[in-house]
Amino acid sequence: MQDIFSSRKLFIQAVILIACIVFILKLFYLQVIDSGYREKSNENAIKELIVYPPRGQIFDRNSKLIVHNENLFDIMVTYNEVPKNIDSIRLCEYLGIDMEYYQEQMKKAKKQSRYKEFQFLKQVSIETYNRFQEHIHKFKGFYGQSRFIRNYPDSSAALILGDIGEVDSSQIKASEDYVYLSGEYIGKNGLEQSYEKYLRGQRGVKTVMVDAFGRVLGSFSEGQYDKKSKAGDDLISTLDVELQKFGEALLTNKKGSIVAIEPNTGEILALCSGPTYDPNILKGKIRGENYAKLVRNKNKPLLNRAIQGVYPPGSIFKAAVALVALQMRAIDINFTYYCPGYYPIGAKRLKCSHGHPACKNVMEALMHSCNPYFCQTFRNSIDVDNAKSIALDYSKWYKNMMRFGLNQKLGLDIKNEKKGNLPDTGFYNRMYRKSWKPTTIISLGIGQGEVLMTPLQMANTYATIANRGYYIVPHLVKNIVKDGVKYKNPSIKKVMVPIEQSKYNAVIDGLERVVVSGTARSSKIEGISLCGKTGTAQNPHGNDHSIFVGFAPKDNPKIVVACVVENAGSGGGTAGPIVSLICEKYIKKKLSPAREATFQMIKNRHIIKFNLDEDIVDSQ
Amino acid sequence: MKTSSIVNKIDWQLTIAYLILMFFGWIAVYSAAYNADHPNIFDFKMTYGKQFVWIVVSLIIGFLIINLSSRLFSAFANVYYVITILLLILLLFFGKEVNGNRAWFDLGFFRLQPSEFSKISTALVLSSLLSNVDFNLQKKSNIILSALIIFVPFVLVATHDTGSSLVFLSFILLLYRFGLSAWIVYVSMYLLFLSIISLIFPFYYIVIAISLIIISVVFYLRRRKEIRQILAFSMLFIIISGFYSYSIDFTFDKLKKHQQDRIRVMLGQDRDDEGRLLNVHQVKQSTIAIGAGQFLGKGFLNGTQSKGSFLPAKDTDTIFCTIGEEFGFVGSILVIALYVFIMFRIMHLAEKQKSKFSKVYGYAIVCIFAIHFIINIGMTLRVMPVIGIPLPALSYGGSSLIAFTILIFSFIKMDSEKWIYA
Repeated sequence: MQDIFSSRKLFIQAVILIACIVFILKLFYLQVIDSGYREKSNENAIKELIVYPPRGQIFDRNSKLIVHNENLFDIMVTYNEVPKNIDSIRLCEYLGIDMEYYQEQMKKAKKQSRYKEFQFLKQVSIETYNRFQEHIHKFKGFYGQSRFIRNYPDSSAALILGDIGEVDSSQIKASEDYVYLSGEYIGKNGLEQSYEKYLRGQRGVKTVMVDAFGRVLGSFSEGQYDKKSKAGDDLISTLDVELQKFGEALLTNKKGSIVAIEPNTGEILALCSGPTYDPNILKGKIRGENYAKLVRNKNKPLLNRAIQGVYPPGSIFKAAVALVALQMRAIDINFTYYCPGYYPIGAKRLKCSHGHPACKNVMEALMHSCNPYFCQTFRNSIDVDNAKSIALDYSKWYKNMMRFGLNQKLGLDIKNEKKGNLPDTGFYNRMYRKSWKPTTIISLGIGQGEVLMTPLQMANTYATIANRGYYIVPHLVKNIVKDGVKYKNPSIKKVMVPIEQSKYNAVIDGLERVVVSGTARSSKIEGISLCGKTGTAQNPHGNDHSIFVGFAPKDNPKIVVACVVENAGSGGGTAGPIVSLICEKYIKKKLSPAREATFQMIKNRHIIKFNLDEDIVDSQ
Repeated sequence: MKTSSIVNKIDWQLTIAYLILMFFGWIAVYSAAYNADHPNIFDFKMTYGKQFVWIVVSLIIGFLIINLSSRLFSAFANVYYVITILLLILLLFFGKEVNGNRAWFDLGFFRLQPSEFSKISTALVLSSLLSNVDFNLQKKSNIILSALIIFVPFVLVATHDTGSSLVFLSFILLLYRFGLSAWIVYVSMYLLFLSIISLIFPFYYIVIAISLIIISVVFYLRRRKEIRQILAFSMLFIIISGFYSYSIDFTFDKLKKHQQDRIRVMLGQDRDDEGRLLNVHQVKQSTIAIGAGQFLGKGFLNGTQSKGSFLPAKDTDTIFCTIGEEFGFVGSILVIALYVFIMFRIMHLAEKQKSKFSKVYGYAIVCIFAIHFIINIGMTLRVMPVIGIPLPALSYGGSSLIAFTILIFSFIKMDSEKWIYA
């Protein structure tokens, strides 16, 4: 078929060619004639800036701010944007760095990526930043990135609050629910670590127009491409920061710990570990240096002795032994044992430390802390059928004791909690090749031998007694505040320890007598009925550890306190007064002048000498 | 052997030119979307890794087309057309909504964009219609039928993608090539011009401007004998133009705010009625990026303007900026030359076809390529309003790349069989 319109092909070709000519002319103009575009391309650049959100703040139980944010700046550089003739001497001057540092960082920046921003100088104070910002037009390629670091106005609770630091590559990889950027901060330990997902917030992106001198002209395209950052959730801690500071003061120059819990809620009022340090020494640029000092210090200030220190509980164990024996009906409340001053173990004798009359019931035995009485009590608990099946009887006793949270991590909301020890049947079978008798392990009855507890477990055991049958897993965070709305910490759990009320009451009566007229007479508080138990844990490396656990008042207890002071001798001497001071301070809010003197005396009692370093560099 | 005969018959010049374009596109997408954290060009999380997958898929499809019968395209043209129209209608109800538009079906691994495939089917059905022996475009009924075939997908696509819908209007050139009266082309060009002008200037300005032009023309022709007819025609012309212009304004006011904004941006305006700034930085930035490339370009991966978020479609619609910035004047000219070569080569081959179907189809492909090429590069160079439309085979996007590959390879296949049937 003849195509009569074939010449119209030319029209289509013409349309295409005309377009091409227009394009080529325009390209020629843009790219060859007008050389201004290359400079222009360096102007009016659009930059994506990361907006770090303020991290959630932490309040104490009385709404006092204990961790807040401090605004600092990181100086960032994009290698490719820095002109060759930059006045680097001035730059160093404004930022207070030397030339060597400048060159080293630029080399690193080039190596990392020529097109990506690099953290040139970290955590510059707002004053330095402002001085630099005035001259920023001279330093193209550099800009300030706002960051938030932590500040601790009370200088206390370092190990509980924890600190933040730059996320490392393994954490970036391990994180499943959030994509960290290198250089972003993450909670490294303490509450900062365990509540990271609440505290961190969500970072944002801001697109800004930047002129040829690196000055931010304003938001690009009305923030259409921006992603708003979202501040982290605040935490309301269970801590009473005044009590915490008070406890830390008491532990001055001592190795030891204090755990104070509100028994009916499981809320930790104070968790002190001595010796300790001011958390402010781990913020900002001085973190690395000071952290190394803390690691190297022989007194191990980074060890949270309240949850990581494990001690033989000594006599404070007797309250639990009595309760379990009563519950197992191995003894009754009026079980009487005539203490001859020792307990016979085969040919050997286990001494009773205190001279006292015969104990006619559990209350008197606790008051006198009679060793033979509790050896016999323990023996009755595990020797029901004349040692025919000690393994079976022991495992029953073991199960009952475990209910108090022994030999297990309680599930505190900060990491590194130790589980302590209470040997099970298998352990003794292996150790004694199945030939063991009640007398082999009799020292368990008085809290010696293989049993080990953390101060937290000690406090928790007495919280169970104070509550007469349950404990709430101890925790440090009460509420999470999201967008101004308070939420209850979802991880709070209740654990029942079912023993008859009358038996709890009998043991509590005994614990009251300990303070009224027993081994802890020096720990009496005027107007408040303190119930507690002294303990003295033998220590093969030196002086005995002084232990006291108590709660007050007797009815509707408001506070349970456990205190361990290493190498401080008997429980009644140091730990007892500490516990009584803590209770009095918490319940009465104020100390009488006489008690203030006791506080000063204990505070100034030096068992060790702790000095982090002669000079601690202040962060600013 | 069959394959060896195929190898000898396909047009290698066109094939190789297209393949070069496709691989060059991959490199450009890599550079445009380059992310230092994911430097691997095969990283499937990034657009460049995905584009590689689409290139492989396209090559497989191309290979299959070459080894199948070209009858597959001519015989079922109507079926394909009906299917794509149905898909476009279904899209209105079941499409994946992004930014208020339903442009895709989300198939999980792939976002199917039916508008891309409706270009092919419309080209096929027009080829089928125009190649009928007793078909001619002088007859009104035939003109109306062709217009309808174009108009239906045009309207359906325009509901979600203004840029792509313009592709269908390019078929006017096809109809013109095969006998449509030149007057219709002129009139439609005038109306298109008038529509754009009406959106930019107020209605009465336009009426005054047209009147002034007409009056001066009439004044120039005042000594003519037919001055009465000329006067009457002029009056009619002004009235019709004015009425048309007014109706454009009227329709525009009835549109939704975001649709209005999109048209305003398309026309190069940077503020809406309330004086609020619209997103037009893209336009200014694109010429800065290209200009910064200068004669030889900044070099591969060294562009700064065409990276970052200021070009929201840096690896799709404004991919030419990356080429301009990194490969300079030389690179840009080469890309333009490659497109012109492909279009002219197709026209050259189309003229040699014995089958009228293949011939019309060849021109249909040229029309599709030409409008993409002209609008896209014209937009990035600021000689055209901003209209979102991809650059064939170069821009990132699976549907678009596959559609262009089907177009080119189906034609290559028809061309290889040009002696078999007429």
